[in-house]
Amino acid sequence: MRFSQAWLIARHDIGIFRHRSGVMGPLIGLPLFVGIGFPVLVDYIVRSNGTAGLGTYLPGLIDAFSFWFVIGAATLPTAIAAYAIVGEKVEKSLEPLLSTPTTDGEILLGKTLAAFVPTVLAIWAGSALFQGLIDAATRGALGYLLYPNGEMVVILFALVPLVSLYAIELCVLVSSRVTDARSAQQYASITFVPLIFLYVAGEIGFTLDTTHLLYIAAGFVVLVLALFQVSRRTFHREEILTQWK
Amino acid sequence: MIHAEGLTKRFGSLTAVDQITLDVGDGEVFGFLGPNGAGKTTTVRMLAALISRTSGRAEVAGYELGSEADELKIRERIGVLPDNVGLYDSTSAYQNLEYFGRLHRMDPTALRTNIERLLGMMDLWEKKDLPVSTFSKGMKQKVAIARALVHDPVLLFLDEPTANLDPEAAKMVREVILELKKENRTIFLNTHNLDEAQRICDRVGILRTRLLAVGPVETLRSGFARKRTAVRLERTSEALVAAVKQRLRTDGVEVSGDRLLVDVDDPARENPEIAEAVVAAGGRILELSQVSPSLEEVYLKLVHEETALP
Ligand SMILES: Nc1ncnc2c1ncn2[C@@H]1O[C@H](COP(=O)(O)OP(=O)(O)OP(=O)(O)O)[C@@H](O)[C@H]1O
Ligand SMILES: [Mg+2]
Repeated sequence: MRFSQAWLIARHDIGIFRHRSGVMGPLIGLPLFVGIGFPVLVDYIVRSNGTAGLGTYLPGLIDAFSFWFVIGAATLPTAIAAYAIVGEKVEKSLEPLLSTPTTDGEILLGKTLAAFVPTVLAIWAGSALFQGLIDAATRGALGYLLYPNGEMVVILFALVPLVSLYAIELCVLVSSRVTDARSAQQYASITFVPLIFLYVAGEIGFTLDTTHLLYIAAGFVVLVLALFQVSRRTFHREEILTQWK
Repeated sequence: MIHAEGLTKRFGSLTAVDQITLDVGDGEVFGFLGPNGAGKTTTVRMLAALISRTSGRAEVAGYELGSEADELKIRERIGVLPDNVGLYDSTSAYQNLEYFGRLHRMDPTALRTNIERLLGMMDLWEKKDLPVSTFSKGMKQKVAIARALVHDPVLLFLDEPTANLDPEAAKMVREVILELKKENRTIFLNTHNLDEAQRICDRVGILRTRLLAVGPVETLRSGFARKRTAVRLERTSEALVAAVKQRLRTDGVEVSGDRLLVDVDDPARENPEIAEAVVAAGGRILELSQVSPSLEEVYLKLVHEETALP
């Protein structure tokens, strides 16, 4: 496995979808919306309610917002991966790519990186904004800095990368069965299923503290490794050329 | 350059390519002819190490099909034009070629030189920065051929390079292939176009799941279809044909316009007899000539005989 070969493919694909508003819109829009929109809302609440009682419910409310970064990690890469794999399949450019001296693993890694790197960077950038602005808005009311904290570290450096890998792998699996990028994205939206459980758990009062988040991350590690085995088998030269529809 | 023995590919119960044994020499332009579904694309994909073979073996560009490491070496040394061009439409011709050159790990200077030479040869240098989506089908085909050549492969597979092109674009592409032939590259050309094969290829193979015949076009023409002598006459008539048949003691005489077509095995020996018979039957000969069968006749004969088999 030559990383340089995979990275060449990733850079090429990023160069292509950079000009697609369908991919770039959400990739820039969602982190900006969460990173600026939510702090503005919090700022409004703080200003209109004064400081009384804020310390008890505000941190919980804000943690619910940070869950949006995980949702971003599940949804943003599917648009890219759907383009990079199904898009190439539709344009028939996978066959020429496969006839270069590149291994299946290098191509798969390249396509994965093309979706993974921009997603994670965009979410990290959005979260930096989010944390800075939330601190600025709440510091006076709470009397301490809410961010950075352990939960956010686990979310950004464990959950976000893992969930986006999980979403990309699902997309690879779906790619072999669908004939256009849009339906690939629709199928891949089952990435939401485990997230809904997490969301519901949070809503019914199950606190998602650092320890719980780490358990969830460990669960995703298992899921990602299992899916990797299957997607590796799907993304096989012979399969792509003779079995993919 | 290519040496295949008993190469076979089955998809489930369907045998797509059956026991092909074939050699293609260095610098040779080999035409692979066959009707739709004959297995041409499947054969090229096997030889290009894109799909596995069910049985048999093959050596391509010095490496044996089968191991992952050798197949990587094979793909380093060959260029493939698939049956679908598969270019990146939103990027330019230059960028399309550059990407493939880099996937082949070419040195940047050599890559630039090659791209310039190839796009120049294809008459596309002026348009190198336009997105490929603005190109006509023929132009796209030429970009795809240039892409297959960008890393200077020793062996080039072209899968129906002129299919779906209008006559002018097809001619353009054929000229490019002839140009490549002058550069002494080994070319494996899949085509349904017999005329094209006849004009470009040193040897052809006729495929219909099995390889039915291989050889230079001339040899196939003289070896596989009937030879005939054409006698152009001032006037033909039923009575004349009957008389000629009787004298030559054969039924192989046919009228076509003002000509009699007589089946022959050995023209040198039989033509004088034919002339005598026609004259004796009262015919006045204007011209006597040999009709060699076209490649098309050979092809149709082989492909149809195959159909007739159980
Ligand atoms: N992936 C596949 N799965 C099952 N059968 C296949 C597959 N690919 C090809 N075949 C079958 O193998 C046979 C040979 O196909 P192939 O595409 O090699 O023919 P071809 O000579 O290239 O035809 P054409 O002139 O139409 O391009 C056909 O009967 C085809 O249906
Ligand atoms: Mg074909």
